[in-house]
Amino acid sequence: MSILGRNVLPLTVHASVLAPDWPWGFWSHMIIFVVIVMAFVILMAMGFIWFERRVISRYQIRIGPNRIGPFGLLQPVADVIKILIKEDIVPLNVDKIIHLLAPAVAIIPAIMVFAVIPFSNGASLVDLNIGILYIVAISSISIVGQVMAGWGSNNKYALISAMRVIAQVVSYEIPLALSIIGVVLFAGTLSMNGIVQQQSIPFILLQPLGFIIYFLASLAEVNRTPFDLLEAEGEIVAGYNIEYSGFKFALFYLTEYTEAIAISTIITTLYLAGWKGPFLPPVLWFLIKVFAVFTLIIWVRATLPRLRIDQVMGFAWKFLLPLAFINLLITGVQVVAWPDLSQWVIVAVNIVLSAVLIVAFSRMFRTKGDKVEA
Amino acid sequence: MKLKSYGEGIAKGMLVTMKNAIRDPITTQYPEKRLNISRRSRGNQLVWNKTACISCSMCARACPVNCITMVTSRDENKKLQMDKMDVDTGVCISCGLCVEACPQKCLFMSRDYEKAVYSRKKLKLTKEDILMTDSSKPSGYYSPENETKLPKQTLLIDGKKWDK
Amino acid sequence: MALKTETFILNAGPQHPSTHGVFRMRLTLDGEVIQDVEPVFGYLHRGIEKLAEGLTYPQDIVFTDRLDYLASMTNNQAYVVAVEKLAGIQAPERAEYLRVIMAELMRISSHLMAVGFLLNDLGAFLTPLLYMYREREKILDLFDMVCGQRLTYNYMRIGGVSQDIPEEFIPALKKYIDSLPGFINEYEQLLATNEIVLIRTKNVGILTKESAINYSAAGPVLRGSGVKWDIRKADPYSVYERFKFEVPVGSVGDIYDRYRVRIEEMHQSIAIIRQAMEQLPQGEIQAKIPKVLRPPKGEAYGHIEGPKGELGFYLVSDGSTNPYRLHVRPPSLINLTALKELLVGVKIADAMAIFGSIDICVGEVDR
Repeated sequence: MSILGRNVLPLTVHASVLAPDWPWGFWSHMIIFVVIVMAFVILMAMGFIWFERRVISRYQIRIGPNRIGPFGLLQPVADVIKILIKEDIVPLNVDKIIHLLAPAVAIIPAIMVFAVIPFSNGASLVDLNIGILYIVAISSISIVGQVMAGWGSNNKYALISAMRVIAQVVSYEIPLALSIIGVVLFAGTLSMNGIVQQQSIPFILLQPLGFIIYFLASLAEVNRTPFDLLEAEGEIVAGYNIEYSGFKFALFYLTEYTEAIAISTIITTLYLAGWKGPFLPPVLWFLIKVFAVFTLIIWVRATLPRLRIDQVMGFAWKFLLPLAFINLLITGVQVVAWPDLSQWVIVAVNIVLSAVLIVAFSRMFRTKGDKVEA
Repeated sequence: MKLKSYGEGIAKGMLVTMKNAIRDPITTQYPEKRLNISRRSRGNQLVWNKTACISCSMCARACPVNCITMVTSRDENKKLQMDKMDVDTGVCISCGLCVEACPQKCLFMSRDYEKAVYSRKKLKLTKEDILMTDSSKPSGYYSPENETKLPKQTLLIDGKKWDK
Repeated sequence: MALKTETFILNAGPQHPSTHGVFRMRLTLDGEVIQDVEPVFGYLHRGIEKLAEGLTYPQDIVFTDRLDYLASMTNNQAYVVAVEKLAGIQAPERAEYLRVIMAELMRISSHLMAVGFLLNDLGAFLTPLLYMYREREKILDLFDMVCGQRLTYNYMRIGGVSQDIPEEFIPALKKYIDSLPGFINEYEQLLATNEIVLIRTKNVGILTKESAINYSAAGPVLRGSGVKWDIRKADPYSVYERFKFEVPVGSVGDIYDRYRVRIEEMHQSIAIIRQAMEQLPQGEIQAKIPKVLRPPKGEAYGHIEGPKGELGFYLVSDGSTNPYRLHVRPPSLINLTALKELLVGVKIADAMAIFGSIDICVGEVDR
């Protein structure tokens, strides 16, 4: 099969980490990696909760949780135990089925994303050759769970939150996908492992604009500050999960952090050369990069206030979307017209172009005033 | 609204938070490390010096929330004596007016602050509870002679000397 | 096909993270846009005005602490100014200077809280607020040193102050005052040019000069709208006419202007404290007043410039030991009357920011 003169593999599943002579071949690989992925998600989520609380408290000149276990490392465990033995309260007049299903609908796609993440060379549950497309498709299903929670809770705060999340996530999906295409064009493959293998230099240098767009859009996708309108505690208290308690709330909380891990790992894979790195084992490099990205996200959260809903939407449609198109155009021209040019020339050109474009678009970006005639 | 900048403001702000992240946290790990409280601290208990007291009831009269109950009587020498002096610390608002009103300077605020009890009844103190003993900690509020004896207050402005 | 839409009512409060206490707003919403506001308050009503009628004049000072619990010193001061006016008492010089120092420290502390909470309402995850708390803590340390409490000071007395400052107070104060401008500048760097803060606050919640005057707003809300009115200048009390300071004003009357006015006022307060420290005379701290104070029959209205606006106490005396009537002019409540005009037509997110920029204290609104 060939598209635009490039050879494209037919849609297949590669399970190539384990030696082919293992007993049961494919299935043993599946079982081992399902366990690895689940353990990775749960442990990393707890780790991230601890890490975020500790790091953000440093920004806020506090110490953070340090009582349970060494450096407070067991704090998330204590939280989990506490939250699981809480009473599960279902308010009156909720849409029972939707209320019950919402946490599951939210958490399952969030975990499914990790199926294609390569932890090391080829070490993923499945190395789909449409890996990144799969991620874009699956990760937006999580939002359905949040909308269901908002709608099914019979609570006005939750409803407002659901309205916000639909508008916001649908808008940010577009620049997000467009900025990924830039990476795909350079890599020439949709497979996550293939993208990493293609990065002789990290794509953050080749795609600085794409990285910025992806970073901002993914912050909005997973509702982190400054786009955390979904659960703006100063405005709509806790948003969609206001009526949840106990285990169901824990699932939502886990979803939130799973998504944060997901974007950290995707950014690592797409832009920071994934598991590649000298000296250290690949898995360690992968984890270091994931934590570095997450630290950046925490840093943003520690500093910035929240945008208003119309500003968030305006930012997506008037700032990120045109920039994503231009980025795609530039990348396409570079890939098609000068395929043999040295990468470092493209790096220099792209960094300059990104700076110019961001300044130019900031000039043009403006928000409307506050009042709507009532 | 139009902006004149391209994100430098955000970058500057992020630098400030980073600068603060490197600083020492201001938290005091409370039960293990304690600060010296103010010498004039008004804790929620009274310290009563029985020998100097003339049972004049000025403190009870000065109290704006009536948390001091006093019953006095005359003994055989026609001298006033205190039969009952109850202080309901659940009602007390630690204003210190009773201490100021005392003409004999025999009533002090206490410097104690860990005074939680398990039942509301125990909040009601009798005159034996507030009696000045060696273990009671009168504060320097309205009592300069006590004040000079007490350790200096730890000030946040002086930096983190206490945590070392 | 036209979609059928309808408005709905959202209860913001009494338990809501952004209503600064137990304040409640019934918001009629059309989607995100506010159509109507009905403020409901009184959840923290403790009947302080009525309580005061049953207590003697000195005992009432205790309860003024509980009005605006973020600015107890100025409440003390406003009350004693009113009583001194009623009874014709003049506090000694040193007491007046101490009162000024305390009141200005209190103003800084209250503005720190106002600005910090404003940013919290804008959605900054506690960080600016905790920086503010750190600075406020140092002021509370100073108050603690002087009067033994960190929240309910009960420091001022009719005709003076309760105790003289300890000798370590002035060096600590000096150290603090010297460090504060640096902190405020750092804070400015964190937020004043932050693009998100600018688009969230500029041209949002505009209160025009005319309506600010019509609502008889006071304090930073009034000055943010561009009216140069400050009781310390307009009707000088205590020893304020001896100090040189500016009255900062805004131009547009939006959230950002109120924020700027507060920041500038902190700088002015620092200047006042510096001058007061230099001029601080020695001597008595308490005027001779009768043991049982019985002001002559009559009435008096004493007002000062509190951190949140004109704070006034109206006292009626019938010649007995207790006031016949005590009425408080609470700046929080009166600034709040402009709420409806400010909120109708804005989105929920802005509503919380505007509410935060008015800087109310529910203890004072409900009394």
